[in-house]
Amino acid sequence: MKYIDPHIHMVSRTTDDYRRMAQAGCAAITEPAFWAGYDRCSVEGFRDYFRQLTDTEPARAAKYGIRHHCWLCINPKEAEDVGFATEVLSMVPEFMQASNVLGIGEIGLNKNSRNELQVLEMHLQLAKAHDALVLVHTPHLEDKRKGTMLIMDAVDNAGLDPDRVLIDHVEEHTVGMVLDRGFWAGMTLYPDTKCTPQRAVDILERWGTERIWMNSAGDWGDSDPLAVPKARMEMQRRRHPAAMIEQVTWGNPVTFLSRSENFATHV
Amino acid sequence: MADGPCPLTASDVVEEYFLEHRAKVLDIAAFLDRLDRAADAPQPLDHRVVALLDTIAMLHDGNGDRAKRIQERLSDQSTTPIDAAPMQGALGAPSEPTA
Repeated sequence: MKYIDPHIHMVSRTTDDYRRMAQAGCAAITEPAFWAGYDRCSVEGFRDYFRQLTDTEPARAAKYGIRHHCWLCINPKEAEDVGFATEVLSMVPEFMQASNVLGIGEIGLNKNSRNELQVLEMHLQLAKAHDALVLVHTPHLEDKRKGTMLIMDAVDNAGLDPDRVLIDHVEEHTVGMVLDRGFWAGMTLYPDTKCTPQRAVDILERWGTERIWMNSAGDWGDSDPLAVPKARMEMQRRRHPAAMIEQVTWGNPVTFLSRSENFATHV
Repeated sequence: MADGPCPLTASDVVEEYFLEHRAKVLDIAAFLDRLDRAADAPQPLDHRVVALLDTIAMLHDGNGDRAKRIQERLSDQSTTPIDAAPMQGALGAPSEPTA
């Protein structure tokens, strides 16, 4: 059975990971722009990163039969400097026409500061101007609940359709509010923070399988690029039907991502 | 909010998951023992450990929805943006109990 990993940072992963993902059934991925583990010291550093996302990485993925897509932004961890963020944002439109760009992401908040919120609002206006899909990062740990509420208010204030916005990294205390307000929800499968595969399946059982997906968010930290197939195994372990597993790991991502004409499930 | 069932029977859930959660309880116990044995012990409890002990009590307080209630206990309950980000990371529990 094929699957989609709709959030993974392959610039931080090896070609061995691509091979193992392909062997596990991965047909397509989407890669949001994110924090590299350090703050870039120049706007041109982001230009190189965006070239990597729109040029280098799709070719690397294609060698393993995986269709690569990306999202563009300056991530919330580097958004405290509004002037710098503004310069980076002014460059994003140059790359919006690349054939693998799905929209703006992963934008959002990190520590829920005023400057982060200002940069988030700038991103939302850019998405609106380009009629682009939006992938949202919600803050970590103790900051997630508050940040999720602030982000949803900002999206509403910007006049964006919540049905074209996916709020990622939901957990037990945020998934209900996200779905109730009409957004799509993403669950990230991490070993320690965010959701384990077991808790993610608990959430599916409790909150249902509409407008929700699972991703590995594999990156340079403690993460697992095979987390999505492992969560599928967890669903099988509990005797959930194949149709439900396919909906969450294939059908739902296809439905949301197909709103961008650049999305495809094959190389 | 939907609240669908797990397809497994109660007996199945115990058979499938007991050992991994037995191990997790022992990890928590050993962590607290390690804290007792720290080189500079005893020390006032870090606010994160206080929060962790609060959440352990919530496991057997007779109420359901444990995971969500524990997440709430470990969350900042304020609602307005802060003036400036003091750091880039997160600690895992708010500095002051807000639940």
